[in-house]
Amino acid sequence: MNLMAFDEAIEQFDPVMGLEVHVELSTKSKMFCGCRTDFGGHPNTHVCPVCLGLPGALPVVNAKAVESAIRIGLALNCEIAAWCRFARKNYFYPDMPKNFQTSQYDEPLCFNGYLDVDVVTDEGTKTYRIEIERAHMEEDTGKASHQGGQTGRIHGADYSLLDYNRAGIPLIEIVTKPILHTGKDAPLVAKAYVSALRDLLRALDVSDVRMEQGSLRCDVNLSLRKDATSPFGTRSETKNVNSLRSIERAVRFEISRQAAMLDEGKKVIQETRHWHEDTGETTAGRSKEEAEDYRYFPEPDLVPIAPSRDWVEELRNTLPENPAVRRSRLQAEWGISDHDMNSVVSAGALDLVVNTIAAGVSHTAARKWWLGELSRIANDRGVELGELAITPHNLFEIETLIAGGTLNDKLARNVIEGLLNNEGSISTIIQARGLTLVSDDTALLAAIDEALAQAPDVVEKIQQGKLQAAGAIVGAVMKATRGQADAAKVKELLFQKLGVSEE
Amino acid sequence: MAELSREQVAHLAKLARLALSDEELEHYAQQLGVILDSVAKVTEVATADIKPTSHAIEMTNVFREDEIRPSFSSETTSRNAPEWEDERFRVPRILDEE
Amino acid sequence: MSELISKNAVELAALIHSGEVTSEEVTKVHLDRIDSVDEKVHAFLFVDKENAMASAREVDAAIQSGTIASPLAGVPLALKDVLTMKDVPTTCGSKILQGWKPQYDSTVVARLRSAGIVILGKTNMDEFAMGSSTEYSAYGPTKNPWDLSRIPGGSGGGSAASLAAFEAPLAIGTDTGGSIRQPAAVTGTVGVKPTYGAVSRYGLVALASSLDQAGPCTRSVMDAALLHQAIAGHDPMDSTSINTAMPNVVDAAKNQSIKGMKIGLVKQLGGDGYQVGVRKRFDEVVELLGSLGAEVVEISCPSFEYALAAYYLILPSECSSNLAKFDGMRYGLRVGDDGKHSVEEVMSLSRAEGFGPEVKRRIMLGTFALSSGYYDAYYGSAQKVRTLIAKDFNDAFAQVDVLISPTAPTTAFKIGDKVDDPLAMYLNDVATIPVNLAGNCAMSLPIGLADEDNLPVGLQIMAPVMADDRLYFLGAVIEAALESQWGHRFIDKVPAL
Ligand SMILES: [Mg+2]
Ligand SMILES: [Zn+2]
Repeated sequence: MNLMAFDEAIEQFDPVMGLEVHVELSTKSKMFCGCRTDFGGHPNTHVCPVCLGLPGALPVVNAKAVESAIRIGLALNCEIAAWCRFARKNYFYPDMPKNFQTSQYDEPLCFNGYLDVDVVTDEGTKTYRIEIERAHMEEDTGKASHQGGQTGRIHGADYSLLDYNRAGIPLIEIVTKPILHTGKDAPLVAKAYVSALRDLLRALDVSDVRMEQGSLRCDVNLSLRKDATSPFGTRSETKNVNSLRSIERAVRFEISRQAAMLDEGKKVIQETRHWHEDTGETTAGRSKEEAEDYRYFPEPDLVPIAPSRDWVEELRNTLPENPAVRRSRLQAEWGISDHDMNSVVSAGALDLVVNTIAAGVSHTAARKWWLGELSRIANDRGVELGELAITPHNLFEIETLIAGGTLNDKLARNVIEGLLNNEGSISTIIQARGLTLVSDDTALLAAIDEALAQAPDVVEKIQQGKLQAAGAIVGAVMKATRGQADAAKVKELLFQKLGVSEE
Repeated sequence: MAELSREQVAHLAKLARLALSDEELEHYAQQLGVILDSVAKVTEVATADIKPTSHAIEMTNVFREDEIRPSFSSETTSRNAPEWEDERFRVPRILDEE
Repeated sequence: MSELISKNAVELAALIHSGEVTSEEVTKVHLDRIDSVDEKVHAFLFVDKENAMASAREVDAAIQSGTIASPLAGVPLALKDVLTMKDVPTTCGSKILQGWKPQYDSTVVARLRSAGIVILGKTNMDEFAMGSSTEYSAYGPTKNPWDLSRIPGGSGGGSAASLAAFEAPLAIGTDTGGSIRQPAAVTGTVGVKPTYGAVSRYGLVALASSLDQAGPCTRSVMDAALLHQAIAGHDPMDSTSINTAMPNVVDAAKNQSIKGMKIGLVKQLGGDGYQVGVRKRFDEVVELLGSLGAEVVEISCPSFEYALAAYYLILPSECSSNLAKFDGMRYGLRVGDDGKHSVEEVMSLSRAEGFGPEVKRRIMLGTFALSSGYYDAYYGSAQKVRTLIAKDFNDAFAQVDVLISPTAPTTAFKIGDKVDDPLAMYLNDVATIPVNLAGNCAMSLPIGLADEDNLPVGLQIMAPVMADDRLYFLGAVIEAALESQWGHRFIDKVPAL
């Protein structure tokens, strides 16, 4: 496969993108039945006649899923249909128990919206308006695992095993209109759009939006044309690009690949392509030259949805502040730099910091904990920050103990470790781990005496005004008390004893 | 209006996942042609101004609350499976995705 | 022949309720009857002896302890094999479902159970309810008890024949284009297609979702009303289930006078193509209605001419999608799984082997009608015809209370006569289809034997959506008037088997 350098490709061609995002809603039950939607559990135990597609079973729409879909539509500045229907998308595939997907076709619930996206480029931050074609409701499929042949790969497998726990989980499919005039920013725009969409969905509290677990999945459609006035070229559809970084890379790759083909006088084939995270390449899947015929028709087992305008307005009132607007408001409130704000956002710590501040902690301390110690631990454990077993209120308690002199930074980290290991409440942990500062003057003076006795030269140095020599004594005291001394206090006592002053 | 070719019938059979013999294809091409000629009558009266009916009884907004209801046990799920392995339905190899 | 098996359900219920007989005895005599005659009739695909006897004993206990008050408690019933019943084989008359034992009860079955009705077994039908003769069952045809060389109608021929053969006093059918009413007509029994949405479709293996409706099959109008009442009513498991109170069909079935009732005679249903003997009996009933004080007028429903065409587009379209799930992956027949064939090939081989010719025909027809480039002309136009037919009904019901027609154009034809001629077979439903397309309700009841062949003729009564009570209001009076003319019930003339 030949590739053209990205910069050259952009000089010669104009990229046109279309992004399709599938979001799994975090409803308790499935789209059309009462089976649970949570992860885990034995295979094929979150299933019933409806989601297994047993003969005779019938779907009934989950009200919460419709509500979430409308809220998503409103947050994307969409119009909400006054009347729309579900439709059957007919094709055979073993992960789909009915051999049709209950989806929406020419009557989507939400349509004609947009999302403004800030893209940080070499030339500064630019805002792109991504136009939304539609957001519609549908159901997820089951999961096939391929056995034999290369592990987990469909190609060369001997047979497959099917688990339908995921079948019927509500999905919202969000489709953009063609994204034009992005030029060399195309990969960044794609990434920034999905990132902004993810923030928005998280703020709406409608989905877990975990790309790595597949609750947010992205298909990248891309084509090249000679210039911004030429008709669209033939597009490729790269399926399941499931991290923000991969989206950027996949767009770059497809631009380079298609540019090389066109440059060699070849035709781009309309086809599905598979993204390979490991190599950073896409490879050809099924050709779409013989267009699929899904034979859509209105779902006779479900009645139309006609959301009243009152309901829509009621839901509009539940929308959270737009994430971009909220970010700039918070940045101004905290008075921090763009760089510092970006660190908070990219660590996925924004809501956690906000909640911690709300619990009574200063924004500096809140940011320090979430971006420092806690980010490090989350990273080590391979979990999201929000999954750590620590609450904003815990951090408030810890900060209070530090201010009161009961804990120092080191002990606080020790307490946090205890919390994350589920060792109980903060006071339990302090007691069990024996984590209180030794603030008893006699005990500290005894330790100081001990340390001084071991280092008689230090006394002299200090008395000669070389105050930095005190560090060795403080260190020795800290060591003797296993870190449970307040360093400032030790210093103060030491100077008092030696009759020197820090000023 | 509708003459169905053998190729068209073969395409329909493929879409519908029906492995038909040449003889059957021939037979169905002829029969379906006759039926289609007869049902094409609907186009005589279906003018643009008429609203199509998908549901005979007009109803809207039939929803259920987002509540969890009991699901099948693995044993119940497996009961009619032609092949069952490792708590899952075993199916022949899948050629390509989607 | 035991005297018990010839009784109507309402009489049996009274005997059981009063303690004169037990449900166990009643169930037993019907199982014995099945044993002795079903070899000839082949109404049943599965007889659930043990469970039937067990539930009869349970109902007897409940009646004794006074914990069940349902008017049909203890009466046995034959269930069309298209409704799921937990752990009991359900085949829909198809090889593709051979051996399938559903893991759940349909709502109809759940309601029958809670009404204390004893289910004897599952009845034969055209494969997936596609057909008008029960000849398309993968398990062999059912014979008409009036003449065993003839068809019992379809698709619910098994249910209707079980009544005429006194194998069961009650049966459940399903009606997508006439599958309750046409079998009722040709077997001299009563069948009702309730308003669409009146009886839950949950657990009814779908043929055409927007047309299917389960309903009662009986030997009398009152029995039908009681069974109708037992199974109808809102079901949250069916999104198309109507969530308002059902009309009181049992009270309506007690009616004795139709003075002043306005009855419309559908001009388009009953002319050319209708057998002379059918028309003769029908004309006599029209006269009878006049003599009973009803006002009979002719009503024109011009769009009915297009109903059959629209039906044979809408039904195949929906069925091509509904039947896609039968692919041999999760249940049912799997063919060609030898480690070499791909999943796509195994699906295609299983479906080719598991489905009969009529099912394949309709699946392909529907696949065609929905395919891009043809959708608007075929499926789209058919849906517009649906609108026109509903309008014809609305206009008609603005003038009259009910409409009437012969139920079927002919009496029962010979087995084998139309099996290879789909269009001729489809014509059997010409009078019953409009109601399914518009969603309203209809009844068929016997009005006599045709002179030329001595076979039963049925009258169809059609009423507006959710006015199912009108069917019984009129049906009860016609039944009573005819029985007093004949001096016996119609079914009493069925030849001994
Ligand atoms: Mg989709
Ligand atoms: Zn389920």
